[in-house]
Amino acid sequence: MVISALTRKLFRDIVQMRGQFLTIALVVACGVGAYISTVGTFRAIDRAKDRFYEEHRFADVWAPLERAPRSIRGRIEAVDGVHTVETRIVTHATLPMPGLPEPASATVVSVPASGEPALGTLFVREGRLPDPTRPREVVVSEPFAKAHGLRAGRSRIKAVIEGELLELDVVGLALSPEHVFTLSAAIMMPDDRRYGVLWMSEPALAAASRMEGAFNDVALRLQPGASPEAVVHELDRMLVPWGGRGAYARKDQPSHRAVEGELAQLQGFSTAIPVIFLGVAAFLLNVVLSRVVELQRRTIAVLRALGYRGAEVALHFLELVVIVVLVGAAIGVPIGWWVGDQWTRMYQPYFRFPAFAFELDARTIGTAVAASLAASLVGALRVVRAVSRLAPAEAMSPPAPPVFGSTLAERVGVLRLMSASARMVARETLRRPARLLLSSFGIALAMAVVIVGSFQFDAIDGLMDMQFGMMMREDLSITLRRPVTANELSAMRTLPGVRRAEGSRTVGVRFRAGSHTRTGALTGQMPDADLRRVVEWPGRFVPLDREGIAVSRKLAEVLELSVGDTVDVEALEGAHPRKPLRIVRLVDDLGGLAAYAPLETVAAFMDETPVVSSIYLSVDPKDELALDARLRAMRNVAGVGKRADLIDAFRTQTAESMALFTRIITAFAAVIAIGIVYNNARVALSTRAHELASLRVLGFTRGEVSAILLGELALQVALAIPVGFPLGKFFAVAMMSTVDPEQYRFPLVVSTATYAFSASVVVVAAVVSALIVRRRVDHLDLIGVLKTRE
Amino acid sequence: MAEPVLEARGLTKVYTMGEVEVRALAGVDFFLYPAELVVLLGASGSGKSTLLNVLGGLDTPTTGRVTYRDHVLSEADEGELTRYRREHVGFVFQFYNLVPSLTARENVQLVTDIAEDPMRAEDALALVGLGDRVDHFPAQLSGGEQQRVAIARAIAKRPDVLLCDEPTGALDCATGQLVLSVLAKVNEELGTTTAVITHNVPIAAMADRVVVLSNGLVKSDTRNEARRRPEDISW
Repeated sequence: MVISALTRKLFRDIVQMRGQFLTIALVVACGVGAYISTVGTFRAIDRAKDRFYEEHRFADVWAPLERAPRSIRGRIEAVDGVHTVETRIVTHATLPMPGLPEPASATVVSVPASGEPALGTLFVREGRLPDPTRPREVVVSEPFAKAHGLRAGRSRIKAVIEGELLELDVVGLALSPEHVFTLSAAIMMPDDRRYGVLWMSEPALAAASRMEGAFNDVALRLQPGASPEAVVHELDRMLVPWGGRGAYARKDQPSHRAVEGELAQLQGFSTAIPVIFLGVAAFLLNVVLSRVVELQRRTIAVLRALGYRGAEVALHFLELVVIVVLVGAAIGVPIGWWVGDQWTRMYQPYFRFPAFAFELDARTIGTAVAASLAASLVGALRVVRAVSRLAPAEAMSPPAPPVFGSTLAERVGVLRLMSASARMVARETLRRPARLLLSSFGIALAMAVVIVGSFQFDAIDGLMDMQFGMMMREDLSITLRRPVTANELSAMRTLPGVRRAEGSRTVGVRFRAGSHTRTGALTGQMPDADLRRVVEWPGRFVPLDREGIAVSRKLAEVLELSVGDTVDVEALEGAHPRKPLRIVRLVDDLGGLAAYAPLETVAAFMDETPVVSSIYLSVDPKDELALDARLRAMRNVAGVGKRADLIDAFRTQTAESMALFTRIITAFAAVIAIGIVYNNARVALSTRAHELASLRVLGFTRGEVSAILLGELALQVALAIPVGFPLGKFFAVAMMSTVDPEQYRFPLVVSTATYAFSASVVVVAAVVSALIVRRRVDHLDLIGVLKTRE
Repeated sequence: MAEPVLEARGLTKVYTMGEVEVRALAGVDFFLYPAELVVLLGASGSGKSTLLNVLGGLDTPTTGRVTYRDHVLSEADEGELTRYRREHVGFVFQFYNLVPSLTARENVQLVTDIAEDPMRAEDALALVGLGDRVDHFPAQLSGGEQQRVAIARAIAKRPDVLLCDEPTGALDCATGQLVLSVLAKVNEELGTTTAVITHNVPIAAMADRVVVLSNGLVKSDTRNEARRRPEDISW
């Protein structure tokens, strides 16, 4: 193949401008990489989810209840819209595990004696399902098994179910679509060592939990087009006699909800981040290309005089853009692949799918490259059009000197107070205010990206302070199977090592107002509570009033209620009392939809004597282990949580998952900042080399000459910083808006340290760029520059 | 006499610069005949460069008519003018205007890439005496060598018309002589109609015909008895 002379010029131009070329290509690479990694991760989770749900028949509606005879199954099947019904037994177990100082906890689910359940079938990774004729066989959730080195057919575990210690043979390791996201209820975080799921054959579990002939949980699949809400409503009504605890549809299923929340966030990322990068790339290409064209005016004119068509010359410059984008994509695709792979791995401990790997397909790459090309061509379009329209004769004459002197600052006379070199900087920048503002805005974007990558740490710190410093101050928390009275609570205080014991009553409820319905919790607090109190952001204790309930501000919002209004509250346990309660205060709590009241108020609502369903203990550290073991052995204890473990788990999980994200984002932002500052500096240098060399000849020092050139850059950065702060906060708000506010309401805090970090990233990037350009100023060819003015 | 290759009648060109109107050409009649070498003389601002730009299809006149054989250039659109330049005209500029990132050979190839029946780039360079400098970049060549590359680039397409704007303007006398003798050689050997602009009166001696411009008008149009060899001219 014969390479045309024009193509050779193209490659030589690229080699000559390699620094600028590379920095722009890197910005494109970041955009492509960000897109590929976010979209690929999104698809990985989405496809794994769809496949798993479909193949393992994920249910549409669930209804937990106290106990119902199997005979009512037919009535559930008869509910309008129901397609398939699966009844089962779900209970809790504590598992004393070797290597753990205190037992782990587990949810135990029954598997029908016939084998496969109709809904929510298990993906058996290793071994087999339990044999109904062998009551001591159990299947263990794979993550828990892995955390403890359990193997199918080789391991045996101990489990306390309903106060009875059982020795169980592990016959299989499995995953379930209902437990893709295995949150331990106590810590709201995945903790594979301390929380797992067990599956036992129904006859065995029924015997162990005294549920023979009965069930306490039902999963349903609906007919196509059926309304989940209507079915939930009907089930709630129907299951009251059997202690229905509130049916819920798929959108409220905890595992599913967590997966969907993460998907929504990824989808937001996969749009927002690439848009920022491609916007910056388009801007840089515009700036650099217009300077290249300015510098090559004569060459363009010659080409036109030699008979090249305007379109041919324009195409020549467009090829430059296309090559930048292709090189950027060639760098970006492997970066995106790597980041996406890391990101997907980061999700693996959270989302348990049978197969879950980062996938990269040609379409994703194609979209990324096409979007980058489109953005870059938009950036280049104006310049290239001007090239094709440059009249050859006009271009043969040197460009007219730019007109100075008409700016406002000039007329006011501010500039007269400055030194000559400061005046040069000021005039140069004032003459091109759009470029200055766009450059500053680009740098501000880089800062904003850093803030987005780091602010979550700030929120976590605030959250930790409030959560563990004010709200949860106990050493151990005990979840009871059945509520106990104040007398029984007093008995706790006599246990060795207990310094203080208090309790609270939590009831699952449904809130109704007008056409709005929400499920949440009503919590009754003891009047003298100290270990657990209601706290609101940014760290205030909430006093409770016997006259009514304090509710999450978010709950009041979705119900369209305010202080003084009454809300219709229905308990989802016991006799399902349903009464209006008056809202006496709004609480800025951080998650869930909750109502809080004094213990007596809740007791009155439930038509019961004051009881507590959770107990909180402050204990002597030396007695803690013994006490823990003793508590877990109690029949009425469903689970024991340890505050220190929560804090540890919380810290390691968030630190691990966020550190990687932050590092990548920060690197990306630095690329933007360097891309902008370096390119502006190089472009300024190339067009002003003659002027600067003239100054050197006149006796200016290198430092003075550099100051003129770099002064403009300093101005850009200085203008960017005050814009970057609010812009970063705005991005942070936008990012948080992808989190379901009814589930979490992370406080939006951006600390001074984060602001300072974002500013320092761009300042360092600017200084590095400036130093590189400064070296070139030092080596200006004085004679050469003056001799050849073309 | 043969039909003129290029013919201009009643050309005017008015540039508007802000509120000032500059009359670069004020009604010029000009003819170029096959194979002749014409020198256009004139001081700065006499309109000679403007005339050359119009003749070369780089610019259009404000009024008047320019024809190249049977093509009316003064009515041609941008596309037609480009085709005219591409197929029929070679340019040599005062400041060479080589593409700095291309070697001598590649600068010539810029033209041979798009011309219909070009000579080989190496042959064009050999013709201007640079057969041994083909792989040098402009920065590695002297001013005279650069100008000869520019001439090689202009003639490589075998143009019908070669238009040279102050080709020796940036060169010393000895180097200028060398460049002019290349132009004379091309004119004689290839029969290329050539117009050379200069403000340097002695150079007129190498022409078949000398046209003097002043204030946008043709002041005189005289035929030389005999052409002198550029080597014998000095300034």
